[in-house]
Amino acid sequence: MVFLDFEKPLESLFEKLDKIKQVGEDGDIDVSEMVKEIETKIKNTQKTIYENLTGWQKVQLSRHPERPYSLYYVEEMTKAFTELHGDRTFKDDKAIVGGLANIDGMSVVIIGHQKGVNTKMRQFRNFGMANPEGYRKALRLMKLAERFNIPVVSLIDTPGAFPGIEAEERGQAEAIARNLFEMAQLKVPILCYVIGEGASGGAIGIGLGDRIYMLENTWYSVISPESCSSILWRSWDHKEKAAEALKLTADDMYNFGIIDGIIKEPLGGAHTEPAAMAKILKKHIKKELAELMDMNPQKRIDQRIKKYSKIGEFDKVKIKVSQA
Amino acid sequence: MGWFKRLKEGIQTATQNKKEAPDGLWFKCKSCNETSTNKELKENFFKCPFCNYHVRIGSHDYFEMIYDNGKFVDLFNNLVSKDFLDWTDLKSYSDRLTTAHEKTDVMDSISVAYGKVNKMPLVIAAMDFSFIGGSMGSVMGEKISMAIDYCIEVGAPFMIISKSGGARMMESAFSLMQMAKTSAKLTLLAKNKLPYFSFLTDPTTGGVTASFAMLGDINFSEPGALIGFAGPRVIKETIKKDLPEGFQRSEFLVEHGFLDFIVDRKDLTNKIGELLAFFNSASKAS
Repeated sequence: MVFLDFEKPLESLFEKLDKIKQVGEDGDIDVSEMVKEIETKIKNTQKTIYENLTGWQKVQLSRHPERPYSLYYVEEMTKAFTELHGDRTFKDDKAIVGGLANIDGMSVVIIGHQKGVNTKMRQFRNFGMANPEGYRKALRLMKLAERFNIPVVSLIDTPGAFPGIEAEERGQAEAIARNLFEMAQLKVPILCYVIGEGASGGAIGIGLGDRIYMLENTWYSVISPESCSSILWRSWDHKEKAAEALKLTADDMYNFGIIDGIIKEPLGGAHTEPAAMAKILKKHIKKELAELMDMNPQKRIDQRIKKYSKIGEFDKVKIKVSQA
Repeated sequence: MGWFKRLKEGIQTATQNKKEAPDGLWFKCKSCNETSTNKELKENFFKCPFCNYHVRIGSHDYFEMIYDNGKFVDLFNNLVSKDFLDWTDLKSYSDRLTTAHEKTDVMDSISVAYGKVNKMPLVIAAMDFSFIGGSMGSVMGEKISMAIDYCIEVGAPFMIISKSGGARMMESAFSLMQMAKTSAKLTLLAKNKLPYFSFLTDPTTGGVTASFAMLGDINFSEPGALIGFAGPRVIKETIKKDLPEGFQRSEFLVEHGFLDFIVDRKDLTNKIGELLAFFNSASKAS
């Protein structure tokens, strides 16, 4: 198990638990009382830790190295999945995956960012930072879904779109913009979940939809706390402050009315019980898609556009009429 | 003894006899370092008379230049940004807004106007880089959204003159969502068969490029403008290599297929007139 800095009190408790269990197995002393005692202690400590997480701590949890990624959920939730590759123009991006899925008899096109599970795979997946061809592959799959009246589920988990020379040459900005434009008018339902990190244009590039949900320990913002700190505080050291200021947690986003709901995670985060998390997510997807598929397509699009048109906070002032 | 020896040290002229050019009379070009008068600069469409460097100008400079006889009506000028997240970094957002309002004579980083170009109606939304880096917050998104509604209502084509560092961090997720909001609204303009011209000027980066600025029916720019998704500094830090000459400049974007053409500012009004005439006669024919 990997413990984050704020989880340190748990680490010693788990160590103690392991030792006592070992003693119980080795000898003939009855340790069940002690095990029970420590387990309650662990539960209580977990509660105090996880019920009062700061923004920055949630950012850390969202990046937990053992956290499940898109393909894990796909594998757990679907009976059959055929991954599709390539944008038909340039190449196959490894940081965005997608394909044809079957969730309990229902055909669904799933797209999502994909991070790697070890050092080698993290590089292979470019740390979940997509290039333009990733966004274009996602769009190709969405258009395919539209043609056959199949709903789209999008799983968001990226530290941002990749900032590289080739990404600029191939039009990173255009690829994201095109997706926003096309997703606004897509005739089939789009259901989005932030399952980890939701950073900026890289996230929203596959994140415009009818309904947006966030898992409990995820974040969604215009910029990562680190980059925000480096730009506005002119140093990398204020990431905690930036994370607070950005109000990037699922709770904040729900209170702002930007997302439609929060999906509870198992105590300690999705990585503690990934299979249980996948089950919760699957149930949620099924319920939501049933509702969305029932709607009239044009009405769904109108509502989608209205939903985004409403987002914004500003004042109105009285001013003198300017020159004509 | 040398004939050039200075006998008295220091400046001898009394302050009241000092001869100095008043502020705002001279312009020194950032690109070629040559000096010209501001009057010459303005007569040359705010371009350096020596090297043709296109100086960054404000929304209303463009409005006056583009609209017939410099006449136009300001729209939706009553929308102002507010600090709804109680944001403070090294400075508070409300202080930044106050400073921006004192320093500039615009209401926010974007202004919308309605007027005629060659007697043809056009709605223009133009940005001011001097207002918090032309950053996109809720006001920018709402003004673009309202401008699109207005275009549909009066049947006018739409043009956005972008000049922005990207999303306004002090409005966090709300500024991010403006990308979705503006792009979604642009689909309505397209459905109503009204042309949208995206004019990207120096600099256009971040969330502005990655939404409405790249979505023009026609995308065009001025010479030498910086246009990109990630800023050059961020890319340099990521790849730890120097960036190639001319990278992310408008000429580079034409070469890579993301801009239709580059227009010299002196030809801008004519070019817009041509575009409007083209689409107007096309819609009459259909």
